[in-house]
Amino acid sequence: MKNNILISVDDLKVHFKVRRPSMFRPRPILYAVDGVSFNISRGQALGLVGESGCGKSTTGLALLRLVEPTNGKIIFDGIDLVSLESESLRAMRRRMQIVFQDPYSSLNPRQTAGNIVRDPLDIQEVGSPYDRDARVSELFSLVGLGERQKALLPHQFSGGQRQRICIARALALNPDFIVCDEPVSALGVAIQAQILNLLCKLRDELGLTYLFISHDLAVVQHICDQVAVMYLGKIVEKADCGKLFRNPRHPYTQALLASVPSRSLIKRKAKRLRALGDIPNPINRPSGCYYHTRCSYTKEECKMKKPELIEKIPGHWVACHL
Amino acid sequence: MMHSTLNYAGAEALQTLNPENTVLEVENLCVDFKVRGKIVHILSNISFNLSRGETLGIIGESGCGKSMTALALMRMVPSPPGWISAGRILMGDEDLTQVSAKRMRTVRGRQISMIFQEPMTSLNPVYTVGNQIAETIRCHKERSRSQALEEAVEMLRVVQIPNPERLVREYPHQLSGGMRQRVMIAMALACEPKVLIADEPTTALDVTIQAQIFDLLKEIQEARGTCIILITHDFGAVAEMADRVMVMYAGHKIEEGTVDEIRNGACHPYTKGLLQCMPEIKVDIGEKRERLPEIPGTVPDLLRDLIGCPFAPRCPFKIPKCKELPPSFDLGNKRAVKCWLVRGDTHVKESA
Repeated sequence: MKNNILISVDDLKVHFKVRRPSMFRPRPILYAVDGVSFNISRGQALGLVGESGCGKSTTGLALLRLVEPTNGKIIFDGIDLVSLESESLRAMRRRMQIVFQDPYSSLNPRQTAGNIVRDPLDIQEVGSPYDRDARVSELFSLVGLGERQKALLPHQFSGGQRQRICIARALALNPDFIVCDEPVSALGVAIQAQILNLLCKLRDELGLTYLFISHDLAVVQHICDQVAVMYLGKIVEKADCGKLFRNPRHPYTQALLASVPSRSLIKRKAKRLRALGDIPNPINRPSGCYYHTRCSYTKEECKMKKPELIEKIPGHWVACHL
Repeated sequence: MMHSTLNYAGAEALQTLNPENTVLEVENLCVDFKVRGKIVHILSNISFNLSRGETLGIIGESGCGKSMTALALMRMVPSPPGWISAGRILMGDEDLTQVSAKRMRTVRGRQISMIFQEPMTSLNPVYTVGNQIAETIRCHKERSRSQALEEAVEMLRVVQIPNPERLVREYPHQLSGGMRQRVMIAMALACEPKVLIADEPTTALDVTIQAQIFDLLKEIQEARGTCIILITHDFGAVAEMADRVMVMYAGHKIEEGTVDEIRNGACHPYTKGLLQCMPEIKVDIGEKRERLPEIPGTVPDLLRDLIGCPFAPRCPFKIPKCKELPPSFDLGNKRAVKCWLVRGDTHVKESA
C-alpha cells in the first residue's frame, strides 16, 4: 500500500511577500498555500477544488517547483523534490508535467504544433531526431489530432484542439504525473466533454496520475478518485470522491455543493445553504477558523481556535469544530 | 416603495394593451455581417416572446449567436460590419428595429437593459460606482445630481450591498468580482426596465458568488415582475433560473420549450447531445466511471455556405432530408423544434 503512493505532500507552504503598503512598514505576507498535506497513489486522480484565490493553482505549481515552496516536503516516488538541485530537478521534470487552463496563452504563437510537442523531447534530448519525429506523430494520433496538422500554427486550431496540443506536449516525455490546472474551464461544454474523455482514456491507457485542479465540482466528480477542498490556503475537507459528494461534512463544502445550479427541480425550491459574502483577503486572514466569517453555523469557538484537519470517520478528513 | 407602484401602473397599462401579457415579441429576427465582402448570416429567423415576470434561458455553445441575439434586441449590433437585416422586435406597440436612434436611447436602460459577462470591463474605471449609476438615472429621469445619487444608494441597497453609502464613493477596482456584478445589476435595474438581459452574468464568478447573484436576480424578479433573458452555456443555471429555454445553434433557434420539456424530452439531436455531455453532480456515483457522451466535431464555420440543417454534419440521426433546412415545427404551447425528425414520427411521441 505504502509503495503505491507516487507523490506525497507534507505541510506544504507557499508564502509570497507583496508590495509594501508604505515605505516604513514591513512587506505583508500573502499566505497562498499554508500547510497542505496529501498523498496521491499511482494511477489515481486527486481533485483540488475551491474558489479562485484559495491556492489551488499555487499548490499545483509548487508540486512541480514552478514556484518555490516556503516550507514542507514533496516526496515524489521516494525523492524529496524540495531539496533537489536544478540539474537533477530538470531530470525529474521528465516525469511530471502540467497542462494549463488557457490553451490560447500557453502555446507559442510562432511555433508550429509539431514543434511545440517536439520541444520537450529536444530539451531533454530523448532519442535520435528521427525517433523524435516518430514520437510526435504517435502523440498526435494519441490525442486525436491528424498527422497533417503538425505543420499548422496555434491560431489555426480551435480551443479544444489547442488543449489537445497542450496535452500532447505534456505527454511527450512519458510522465507519471500530470498536474491539470483547470484544463477544461476555458472550453465550451461540447468540447469539454471531448477533453475529459481524452484525459480519462489516457489515464487508463498510460497509467497516469493526475492532480486535477478545478472549480467545477461536476467535472471533478467525473474524473477524480479523491477530492480535497481548499479554502484560503488550507485543505478543509478531504475524502474519496463518493464519500465527499454523498456526505459533505464541512459547511464550506456543503455550501459549495449547494451553490452549483442543479438540473433537477428538487433542490430548486428549497432555500439553500449559502456561503455568505466574499472570500476574505489571504493577506489579512480572519482569526480562528478562516471560514467563520461566511459560515452559517459559526460558534464562539470558531472565532477563537483554528480547527485541525482530523479524520472524523475513516478516510474522511475534515477541519471543522462542529 | 416608489418603484413598486410605478411598476404596478406600468403592468396594468400593458395588460390593457395586450391581453396575453406579452412584454416582448421577436419575429423572424435576422442579423447579417459583411465579412471580407461576403454576407454572413449570424442570426437566421429568430422568433420568441416573453411574458411578464418570465425568465427565458438562451443556451448554446460559444459562437452560436446567443450574445448577438441580446445585442440585436438592444440595437447594439456592431455596425459596420453587422446590421439587422430582417424581422421585428415588438415592445408594446413599437417595433424597435424601426425606431430612431434617439428614441432607442430612451428605450435602452428604461425598457430593456443588459448585464454583461465581465463586470470589470463594462464598468468605467475612472468614475465612482455611484456616479455611474446616477448617470443612468439622470439620463432617463429628471433628477438633480444629489437626488440621483440618493437613488443610487437605494439601488445598491436593493442589490444587497453592505454599507452602500460608502460604496457609492468607491471605484470599480476597489470591489470584488461579485460586488462589481451587483453594481452592474443595480445600474441595469435603476430605471425599472421591463426586460433585463443577462449575458452570462456569472461566468466570471465563483460558484458560491454565482449562487448569490442568482438568488438576488430571482428576488428582484419576484418583487418587480421584470422579465429576464438569461444567456448561458450552463444548463444547470437555466434549470435553476428559467421558465422556458431556447436552444441555439449556428444562428438558428433549434428548439424551444419549458425547462421540464427540454430536460425530460429534448427532441432535437443537438439539444440531447448538449445535455448529455455536461457532467452533473450526482449524489451516488457508480463503481465504473462512464464515458461522457460527446458531440463529435465542432461548430460549423458560418463563413462557409451552410446548406440544409446546420447540425447535419455532426448529427447521428442524419437522414437525406437534412439537405434541406427544416422549418421550425410548432408543437403547440410555445414548443418548437427545428428538425425533420419530429415530423409525426416516434420522436414526437417520446417527448409528449
